[in-house]
Amino acid sequence: MSTLVIAEHDNSSLKVATLNAVAAAQALGADIDILVAGANCGAVAEEAAKVAGVGKVLVADNAAYEHQLAENVSLLIAEVGAGYDNIIAPATTNCKNTMPRVAALLDVAQISEITAVESADTFQRPIYAGNVIATVKSSDAKKVITVRTTAFDAAPAEGGSATVEALDAVHDAGISSFVGEEVAVSDRPELTSASVVISGGRGMQNGENFKLLEGIADKLGAAIGASRAAVDAGFVPNDMQVGQTGKIVAPDLYIAVGISGAIQHLAGMKDSKVIVAINKDEDAPIFQVADYGLVADLFNALPELEEKL
Amino acid sequence: MKVLVAVKRVVDYNVKVRAKADGSAVDLNNVKMAINPFCEIAVEEAVRLKEAGVATEVIAVSVGDKACQEQIRTALALGADRGIQVETEGVVEPLVVAKLLKAVVDKEQPQLVILGKQSIDGDNNQTGQMLGALANMPQGTFASEVAIDGDKLKVTREVDGGLQTVNLNLPAIVTTDLRLNEPRYASLPNIMKAKKKQLDVYTPEDLGVSVTSHLTQVKVQPPAERKAGIKVADVAELVDKLKNEAKVI
Repeated sequence: MSTLVIAEHDNSSLKVATLNAVAAAQALGADIDILVAGANCGAVAEEAAKVAGVGKVLVADNAAYEHQLAENVSLLIAEVGAGYDNIIAPATTNCKNTMPRVAALLDVAQISEITAVESADTFQRPIYAGNVIATVKSSDAKKVITVRTTAFDAAPAEGGSATVEALDAVHDAGISSFVGEEVAVSDRPELTSASVVISGGRGMQNGENFKLLEGIADKLGAAIGASRAAVDAGFVPNDMQVGQTGKIVAPDLYIAVGISGAIQHLAGMKDSKVIVAINKDEDAPIFQVADYGLVADLFNALPELEEKL
Repeated sequence: MKVLVAVKRVVDYNVKVRAKADGSAVDLNNVKMAINPFCEIAVEEAVRLKEAGVATEVIAVSVGDKACQEQIRTALALGADRGIQVETEGVVEPLVVAKLLKAVVDKEQPQLVILGKQSIDGDNNQTGQMLGALANMPQGTFASEVAIDGDKLKVTREVDGGLQTVNLNLPAIVTTDLRLNEPRYASLPNIMKAKKKQLDVYTPEDLGVSVTSHLTQVKVQPPAERKAGIKVADVAELVDKLKNEAKVI
């Protein structure tokens, strides 16, 4: 059995989400190759070749793949993936965009955001915002799978010595083009890979008050997140959203501030190792999942917390 | 231009569903159903395009049993012009839904298809992209802004690091994210009017699509429960616990 893992990267470095996908691939027990599709992405391929347990790194280096346009990359993955039993990708926005196209091109189902591998054809995945865990069995000969990165510990980034092989295949569907991007520049760690996350909710009252989280985040080396309520209210941008329809995080420490704990939010953070909730409503559902709850007005508690850290 | 909007009937987002004790299925008895929130945003966007004079006709389509006509009527009350139901039974996988929608696209030849990015029951996030591949149409998924730019569609997308903007040839697919718009409420007169709007029903056979499952749900179970912890008295105790008990800071 053989598995192709799709690399998540920005053309200069390999993202850790790839290592989570490799771990899921290892759980399947097949030989693992990694596909790096991008432009001027040689450094990524070199990194991928060092990942423990990888046999071969295939590199498709072409302008058509520079911005991960799904129309182009899906054609490449479907072609390369034809020779594999499994195609596995981390459930990042890039791969969520591309992989269903791959599955449709191959006329197979996609198994989205698996959290466990039970056997070569049977997987667990959360449904209904994680309120139910479904066990699903695939009857497809070829499996297209995305992986919930928080459910699999990253494979070691070092220790491997895969061969690197360049692919000539150029697929430019010619129906879409990249215009631009606004990437949030921050010195803080990325939400999905941070070991500490501090998130604010509706209780923050406005975007300005998120500054109260920044000092604490700086002291803890934390990423800053938000609930959907805070995003909907326009306090902060959507890329900070933690929850069912935002980012799924599982840091060592998650601090929820002024977040009531709607099921949609819990779906995005309840696998965190330690959860702290600060809320003035002692009946807020967030306290039912918090290891440490502090019933307090966040406007008093946050400055004090920053000072005491 | 003609705009096709896909809508799905799902459990209302306020309902906390549970797996049945025997693990056979999710307990959906007497549960409130509603239009999937992302589909509602899709309908709103299509209606706004019509109000802006860009769209000439908005068609709402749903795949499901007869009950999903209720959600099609909701879309019609929000401003869609006519409805299409593709009648199916039981759970239909995203790939099959995409094939059925592809057949509707072939029939109706819309310039734009708008779908929700995911439904809040299966949480699959697949159908729009699969339709894109089957119809060979470009896609702007997780859209927070959509604009017609000459003969192209300019879509701003919510991605992990921030926002990405792409230009798509028409016809194109858009899947909606939360911030694309805030859906309106249907007015009573519009709800009444919606009852009289045209609603055609097709079977998968009519559309030449075979409904076969690739996945079997073996069982369902509740997630591992998280035990509630303790309440701390003040910030000092919290910091002490995090340092000395949990040892995470």
